[in-house]
Amino acid sequence: MAITAIGGQGGGVLVNWLVAIAEQRGYPAQATSVPGVAQRTGATVYYIELMPAETQDDGQAVFALNPIPGNLDIVVAAELVEAGRAIQRGFVTPDRTTLIASSHRVYSTTEKSALGDGTQDGQAILEVSRDAARNFFCFDMAEVSERTGSVISAVLLGAIAGSSCLPFVREDYENSIRSAGRSVRANLAGFAAGFEQVCSVTPNDMVTGRSRDNAAISLPTETATSQMTNPMVSELLQQLESAVPQPCRRIALEGLRHTVDYQDVNYGNLYLQRLGRIVEQDRDDYGLSVEVARHLALRMSFADTIRVAELKTRSARVERLRHEVAALPGQLVQVTEFMRPRVEEVCDTLPAWLGSSILRSRMLRAGLATFCRRGWKIKTTGLPGFLLLYLLASLKRWRRGSYRFRLENRQIEDWLDRIQACLPGNYELAAELVNCADLIKGYGDTHSRGLTQFNAIMEIIDEPSLTENAAATVRRLISAALADEEGKAFNEAIMEVGRTDK
Amino acid sequence: MAERSFAKEVLKLRLGDGDEFHGEGILAVTKALLQSGVSYVGGYQGAPISHLMDVLADAQQQGILNEWGVHFESSASEAAAAAMLAASVNYPLRGAVTWKSTVGTNVASDALANLASGGVNGGTLIVIGEDYGEGSSIMQERTHAFAMKSQIWLLDPRPNLTTITNMVEHGFDLSEASHTPVMLELRIRACHVTGSFTARDNKKPGLAMQQVMENPQRALDRIVLPPSSFLHEQEKISERWPAAVSYIREHQLNEFIEGDVNNIGIIVQGGLYNTLLRAMALLDCADFFGRSRVPVYVLNVTYPLVDEEVLDFCRNKQAVLMVEEGQPDFIEQTLNTILRRAKLNTDIYGSDVLPLAGEYTGQVMMEGLRKFFGELAPQLLQDAPENQKYDHLRSLDKLATAVVPRLPGFCTGCPERPVFTALKMLQNRTGPFHVSGDIGCHLFSINPPFDIGNTTMGYGLGAAGASAFNGQGDNRVISVMGDGGFWHNGLTSGIGNAVFNKSDKLTIIIDNDYAAATGGQDLLSSQAGNTTRSTRHPIEKAVKGIGVKWARTVKTYDLEKMRSALAEALSTKEKGPKVIVAQSECMLNKQRRLRGQLKSAVAAGRRVVRERFGVDADLCTGDHSCIRLSGCPSLTVKHCDDPLKTSPVAYVDNTCVGCGHCGEVAHAAVLCPSFYRADIVINPGPWDKFTAAIRIRVIGFLQRRVERKRLKWVF
Repeated sequence: MAITAIGGQGGGVLVNWLVAIAEQRGYPAQATSVPGVAQRTGATVYYIELMPAETQDDGQAVFALNPIPGNLDIVVAAELVEAGRAIQRGFVTPDRTTLIASSHRVYSTTEKSALGDGTQDGQAILEVSRDAARNFFCFDMAEVSERTGSVISAVLLGAIAGSSCLPFVREDYENSIRSAGRSVRANLAGFAAGFEQVCSVTPNDMVTGRSRDNAAISLPTETATSQMTNPMVSELLQQLESAVPQPCRRIALEGLRHTVDYQDVNYGNLYLQRLGRIVEQDRDDYGLSVEVARHLALRMSFADTIRVAELKTRSARVERLRHEVAALPGQLVQVTEFMRPRVEEVCDTLPAWLGSSILRSRMLRAGLATFCRRGWKIKTTGLPGFLLLYLLASLKRWRRGSYRFRLENRQIEDWLDRIQACLPGNYELAAELVNCADLIKGYGDTHSRGLTQFNAIMEIIDEPSLTENAAATVRRLISAALADEEGKAFNEAIMEVGRTDK
Repeated sequence: MAERSFAKEVLKLRLGDGDEFHGEGILAVTKALLQSGVSYVGGYQGAPISHLMDVLADAQQQGILNEWGVHFESSASEAAAAAMLAASVNYPLRGAVTWKSTVGTNVASDALANLASGGVNGGTLIVIGEDYGEGSSIMQERTHAFAMKSQIWLLDPRPNLTTITNMVEHGFDLSEASHTPVMLELRIRACHVTGSFTARDNKKPGLAMQQVMENPQRALDRIVLPPSSFLHEQEKISERWPAAVSYIREHQLNEFIEGDVNNIGIIVQGGLYNTLLRAMALLDCADFFGRSRVPVYVLNVTYPLVDEEVLDFCRNKQAVLMVEEGQPDFIEQTLNTILRRAKLNTDIYGSDVLPLAGEYTGQVMMEGLRKFFGELAPQLLQDAPENQKYDHLRSLDKLATAVVPRLPGFCTGCPERPVFTALKMLQNRTGPFHVSGDIGCHLFSINPPFDIGNTTMGYGLGAAGASAFNGQGDNRVISVMGDGGFWHNGLTSGIGNAVFNKSDKLTIIIDNDYAAATGGQDLLSSQAGNTTRSTRHPIEKAVKGIGVKWARTVKTYDLEKMRSALAEALSTKEKGPKVIVAQSECMLNKQRRLRGQLKSAVAAGRRVVRERFGVDADLCTGDHSCIRLSGCPSLTVKHCDDPLKTSPVAYVDNTCVGCGHCGEVAHAAVLCPSFYRADIVINPGPWDKFTAAIRIRVIGFLQRRVERKRLKWVF
């Protein structure tokens, strides 16, 4: 039996329980592991052998110390990719292996640190697991362990017990947890949940991967729409129905929600108008419009200081946050925000004339910079901190006159103009221009870097000589921009474009 | 206090005659040391024998070692441990030391060579954790070479507790019979193997330390200086070697397993016996209880070889397979010499059917056996199952991208992370540095997301590894060293060397209060009180004492200060070595230290504040800059409910320990306002509740005011 885990997941605890059960029930057993550096968040394998009662004779069993591919009866994986790794190593075979795996993902550093979405959803692993294992039991054990307050090893032990792959009864396992004497009640709860989950379903038939479709968007039902007391909202929704074709209505609805929530109904109107410009010229499938609807909503609801303050002071946030940090009823939660506006962010919120003149004047800039040198830690559960952000949020009504608002909306218009100019003739290029919006992300330096790259691409497509393969060039530039943070790949790609031009 | 406590397990060390011992390999070794009447024990921790040092320390804390009059020291280095064995040169005292090999043996080899030259009077045993194969963290070499060059006998017992503990006891006897130090080699998995053996009574040393110290003795011919050193070399060959060989033969330390296919045989290192037998069992040439169809000669002693035994085994055999892991194939070469000299023409197979390099896993072993048997005894393979061809293997390429590599890295809340965040932020402005790395957790900086570090030359050698670069350009080189490496030798080889040679470089000494990478053992600069050791000797004081003028101690979690200290060290006009002691307690050990205290405080109803960090998903744009600067395991990503966002957003999971680094990163690198810290007040007091009630009332009123307006527009 092999147990594959990530260092720190507590695979050793599981091994100790299992060895104790075996010894209790008179099965000679041997376990080995490789602590060491793998223990520090790396992938690690524990290996256990039990000698079945019927094969024992007077000799002393010679146990192996390493798993041998094709010779494992049980493989336990405390995380989905580790199950995949076990399959890769040949530990899981259809003639004998019961594979018990948690379907949750613990993302690796490379997955997490990608500039876009670098995560693997594990769908391929689930598919191969069904073919590779004799019996495959899989569910989200991290969720169960969190729900029951137990360690994931307890849920795994429950799943092992429930799968009946070892010749022990439920009491044996539970006694082992009891006699280990640590967090007994929570671990028994985790064990029971794991046991029942495995028992309630047939093997190979219990896994669902993560879906990434738009199902999450809830449409306002007809009754809800008719009950809507606010005539301006119903008008807006009618406008959505008439101006936006079916394929992109769901996402546009979400965009509309965002923009109205961000500013007001007029701003929502502006969103629909802007989207309408593209929709009119799109192809029949409206594929491009869907992406514009998405990006446009995000770009129009840029996070200026006002937005940040607004979201941080909403009442629903406290409850969400309590849940996120797993605070129990009766416990108080105090929240401190980490904010560090630069001169730019301060000027963003000021009236456009003032903001731009400060940014232009070296002296004023330097003066303001002294206030922005250190970050602020603002306690939003305390009155002074809350009031500060509350007042900032209330500046929303004047946002339209702010420096950032004008700048962003000018840039958005410019972006839409460029897209529109390519339609319908150069659809490919238009689609890539839409995707360019992916580069504008983050705050502060990250935001400026993205914006600089975005602008660089816009400049390049203005070159008349580029029309031939412009779409391919832009696509290449986008992926170069997302390749590394320092912009090395992007700069090289830009140079490349310059050279081929001449 | 070490990462893993053996406080409960060490009670098993008191088991007596006939009791059944159940437990881990290294605990069994400790028991066997006590059964052998050992007088003193030392060593330096490092996987896979870290736990042996932890067991000994816990046994000392609980007074068990004292009961048997055993002196135990955590040696400053493997060299110090090896030198400790000098006590057995003049006196019939039994001593044992332990370390990770081959790296530890490299460090110890000066003392070992001297010890082996003069020879010993009392039995000396060196327990070697052979860090080779899967799970190893070091270069892949063999300890065998050291045994041969210094003439130290090498035991490589079958990996079961009975054989291992027997060999510990025989090791002392063998050492005394041949006046030669003995190494007991334990492979990684053997150190952590669980099993059982029948215990014997512990023995008190025959000679008490006190008696020795009251009656010092010396023997001039045991000191390594001419002319004695020439005499020693002769003695090794003419006296000690034959004495060892006759002890090994007489006590049958090596084992012979009979078989019915007698034209061939297999010679195997004891440590590989289980893998060999399992591979044979799977080929249907052996059973699961050690009965084999092919004769097997098990070398529980791999150095020296007993020529007569080898010849007896090989005689009348057409061919013999030597199963020897790692390179060079020392034993195979020696076998050839032995047979050639005896004019025996039995063929030797070995690194031709088995690979010369790499670990002998079961699979590798089976492939080698198939080749060997196929050529010489094909009838053996008649019943062997064919290699299975599985259908699902064809779809394995689907896994190529899905199964992402998972490299080891810094733990959640690790205090070393901010140092590398600061370095990365500096690099982003100035371009890359040359960074000379060391051994320790901090070497994980070479992996993503930091990608910092050029070389690692050995424990404590980070500073010395940069000594060629000294003021030749405008940029200063940076060395990194841990507190473990610093006290091991870095103080002299690195800092002293830099002072003496007027080096201009920067050395960062990461001081996390423990030898963290080896399992959190205490060292001189540890802050914890330790009843058996002297701690709390600050590193900054040590480096200033040795002549460093520019030295700062900086708390690592203060990222802003860390960055400005680094920037200053790299730009200051001050000549000479610059040292930054980056100080903060190892989070793994801190959590372990505090967990119990917190639990009982909560249970007792006392006010406790738990800190945790989080990210506002609606403010995070999914650019992951924070992750690229932090790399904390608890700072991860999740796909959020907002259908407009295609990139996953940053998310702090519930393993967060509230170290605050991600908030600091967001501040120092001017990243984003999405981070927050939540202070969860458990068992709030009346004042907490009173002020909270007021706050909630006022804030709630204001929030409701806004919310009423907002809800009009929600659809």
